[in-house]
Amino acid sequence: MIAWTIYITFAGAVVLLFFPGAIARWIALLTTVAALGLGLIAFGATPIASLARFTTIVRVAWVPALGMNYHLAIDGVSLTMVLITGIVFYELVIVPKYFLIAIFGSTNKEYGAMKLTLYSFFGGMLVFVGILIAYVTAGSLDLNQLSQFQFSPQLQSWAFPVLFLGFAVLAGIWPLHTWAPTGHVAAPTAGSMLLAGIVMKLGSYAGLRVAMNVFPQGFQVWSKWIAVFAVVGIVYAAAVALRQRDLKFVIGYSSVSHMGFVLLGLATANVLGVSGAVLQMFSHGAIAALLFAVAGRMVYRRTHTRDLDMLAAMNLSHALPFAAFTFVIASAASMGIPGFSGFAAEITILIGAWKAYPLAVWITGAGMVLVAAFTLRALKQSFFGEVDSNVLVQEGRVALDPDWNEQQGITVAEKIGACLLMFTTLAIGLYPKLLLDRIMPAVEAMKFLK
Amino acid sequence: MSYLELLKLASPEAVVVVTALVVLAIGLATGRATSGVTVSTAQAQQPAADTAAATDRCSLIAALGLIIAIGAVLLLPHNAALFGGTLVITPLTSLFKIICIGLAFFAVLLTKPEKSLRHPGEYLAILLLATVGLMLLVGSEELLIIFIGLELLGLSLYVMAAFDKTDIRSAEAGLKYFLFGSTSSAFTLFGISLVYGMSGTTSLVAISQKLASASVQPVLAVGIVMTLIGFAFKIAAAPFHLWAPDAYQGAPVPSAAFIASGSKVASFVVLGRIVLVGFAPVHGSANWHAMAAGWSPVLAILSALSILVGNLVALAQQNVRRLLAYSAVAHGGYTLIGLVAGGRDGFSAALFYTTIYAITLVGAFGVVAVVRRETGGDNFSNFSGLYSRSPLLAGCMAIFMLSLAGIPPLAGFFGKFYLFSVALHADAGHGLLWLVAVALFGSLISLYYYLIVLKVIFVDASSSITAGPLEALPSDLLQQITIGVLAALILLLGIMPNALAGRILAAMP
Repeated sequence: MIAWTIYITFAGAVVLLFFPGAIARWIALLTTVAALGLGLIAFGATPIASLARFTTIVRVAWVPALGMNYHLAIDGVSLTMVLITGIVFYELVIVPKYFLIAIFGSTNKEYGAMKLTLYSFFGGMLVFVGILIAYVTAGSLDLNQLSQFQFSPQLQSWAFPVLFLGFAVLAGIWPLHTWAPTGHVAAPTAGSMLLAGIVMKLGSYAGLRVAMNVFPQGFQVWSKWIAVFAVVGIVYAAAVALRQRDLKFVIGYSSVSHMGFVLLGLATANVLGVSGAVLQMFSHGAIAALLFAVAGRMVYRRTHTRDLDMLAAMNLSHALPFAAFTFVIASAASMGIPGFSGFAAEITILIGAWKAYPLAVWITGAGMVLVAAFTLRALKQSFFGEVDSNVLVQEGRVALDPDWNEQQGITVAEKIGACLLMFTTLAIGLYPKLLLDRIMPAVEAMKFLK
Repeated sequence: MSYLELLKLASPEAVVVVTALVVLAIGLATGRATSGVTVSTAQAQQPAADTAAATDRCSLIAALGLIIAIGAVLLLPHNAALFGGTLVITPLTSLFKIICIGLAFFAVLLTKPEKSLRHPGEYLAILLLATVGLMLLVGSEELLIIFIGLELLGLSLYVMAAFDKTDIRSAEAGLKYFLFGSTSSAFTLFGISLVYGMSGTTSLVAISQKLASASVQPVLAVGIVMTLIGFAFKIAAAPFHLWAPDAYQGAPVPSAAFIASGSKVASFVVLGRIVLVGFAPVHGSANWHAMAAGWSPVLAILSALSILVGNLVALAQQNVRRLLAYSAVAHGGYTLIGLVAGGRDGFSAALFYTTIYAITLVGAFGVVAVVRRETGGDNFSNFSGLYSRSPLLAGCMAIFMLSLAGIPPLAGFFGKFYLFSVALHADAGHGLLWLVAVALFGSLISLYYYLIVLKVIFVDASSSITAGPLEALPSDLLQQITIGVLAALILLLGIMPNALAGRILAAMP
């Protein structure tokens, strides 16, 4: 059933090719709802006990001459499995992003799109090398077989960083993160939501699923360096975010900071840390999407600016109360207030990290203060500023120019989308067991744990 | 070993030659008739219409002839040899004869009535003769016949490059190609003569037996290097690539497509056969931890240079055809990696890659041909806004460019994957990792300029040259179908690479 989510989405994309115009939006919605529904059904229907190891879903010989299969499987952490399919799906992401941004984007879009594409492709190349090495040494591309194969320690010690770094570029690891803020700002809102919410997670997910499982000893050699980069990333990105003037740049850097937590969790190499990292991937997916929805869609569409100083002069909390409410919730979740998913995930990671790298937890603690600082600053400036006299502000209407007639309140569609995301982050925050029960057994079965 | 048998085994070549003669005759008849009538001004449109009709008739016959030739190849026996390897038939030669004929077939379909092509019959006849050259090259294990094939191919291509008598660039392309090509032939012939002097035979199999017992002497080394240099000219490997940009840019588009595709595929088949069969005992080693003298370090250096020079210079191009030419240099470099890796797998990876590349390039040149006819040029500015004018062509061009860049799920990605995995596999210590790293660095650069082309097509607004009404390009249906089929082929071979890779591997001796 999981496999059908892929086919349905692809079929939807093909259908869209032939139906441009107004109906396209509905087809896209229908497709994603169908895929989501199938995913949820599969999620509910799969017994928890079976999630500790891989369960094969589809397996078809693809290029028998080279021993390649199309092979999908599922475990508690997630879904795809065979490497070559993985790369195909992984690199499939890159090119659509370029056009998505270069054609439909906003600020500095061609630069942002090209930067993002080249960074991703650079990562893709590193991944390509790592996978080729694994393939020619083990003679297989099947992840299951690869993780059973005993690679020599020397090979692992240089192949792991190549492979992991390739994935980590996409996850926004410091200092290769600079594509992320520029790309997020340049992208259209839906694009930013997709980028921060899903694409960056793809990087960290593949790092866990592929790099760490195939080269476990290499991972153990390098894990402390991953932790160092992760901690630097958390603090550095938060500090940079504190000085941004563009609301989307703030959120972009906050994504880098939060992805630092994911990497830190992975680097701990214990069950709690890694499970927390997986939980954080999910949680931050919802939170980042929510933040970008407010900044890019609700606010920018009505004010045509994302400059924090200009927004401060509008006091949007009066004009767009729903947007303000959403942004407060999202900010709280992002800062890690208990009750939201961000807290559940980050506390799990930090407990895991305490066992492995106590010093990192101290530094990260300082970083969390910075996170709170920039989030609150953005929140105050964007929604709770002092009203300037020459700005027209009414319920649901904001305009720097009084003749501007296009404003409208927050639409129902926007509200539904935001409520779904808020519900998700609250639900996971209040009852993280829902996911952790499925994640932890799968993580426990992995080989790289110390 | 009667002549009847020779005729039977050489039937595909015979069919193509006969077709060429028929096309030539038809072209001659109609061409003379029209040139006699062009006196009256009232009939000024008449010759153009006549030429168009003649082109259509000639290309129809040429296409039919090529299809019959494919049928003739299919009817050949599985394995046969005549005159001690002068003409051999193996599954591999049959497969690549079909591929070469197929590429010629697409080049014929892309040949359209244009002002510049005033003598379509002669043009198509020469194209068919070039195809015969390809088939001779592919189907021989004898250095002399290989050389004759090279010359037949080369002379035909020089004429094809210079065929547009109204364009000074075409003349330049033809002259440059001729000067470089004949120099390279001289190199090859010199190399072959030295190898013959050392081994006393021109048959590849016999040469390898002779070389196995002899040690590598300086004269032999010179002979091998000379032969390789000759072929490096043919495949436009850096630093012997300088003719390529001008030939690709100046020649009539179908000629450029044919030079870039058919000629390249056949050259790689022959080069691979010469080094992997004939020179097998002096393989040497290009592994970074164990370099050893032989032909493989030479090819490895040519490969690395081509990848770097081709990709870096392509970054600076403003003309799509020049860009394709420099990228062709780089792709030649990638393909050489397969030969350096050697063995059955290496050869088949190289051939798979070059075939995919040839198909892609014919398609890309097809798009260039349409754009050139509608806008009068092939600079970036002529392509701007192509998407809004012809979504089909723009989409096909996107497939071609992304396949060249090696983006999955297109065939180019799989070709690269196959090549690089074979190169790493060739040695337990991953000795060719340095070459693979260079190639990956090259692909990273290449994505940038391919994306720039796509950016011009999809993102940029129409420029002053292409502005006009935003209606679809009025190009004719056959050409669009041809391009669409080629794009579909690239997509299909990416999803099901086994259809071609498996065949090539199975055909390897």
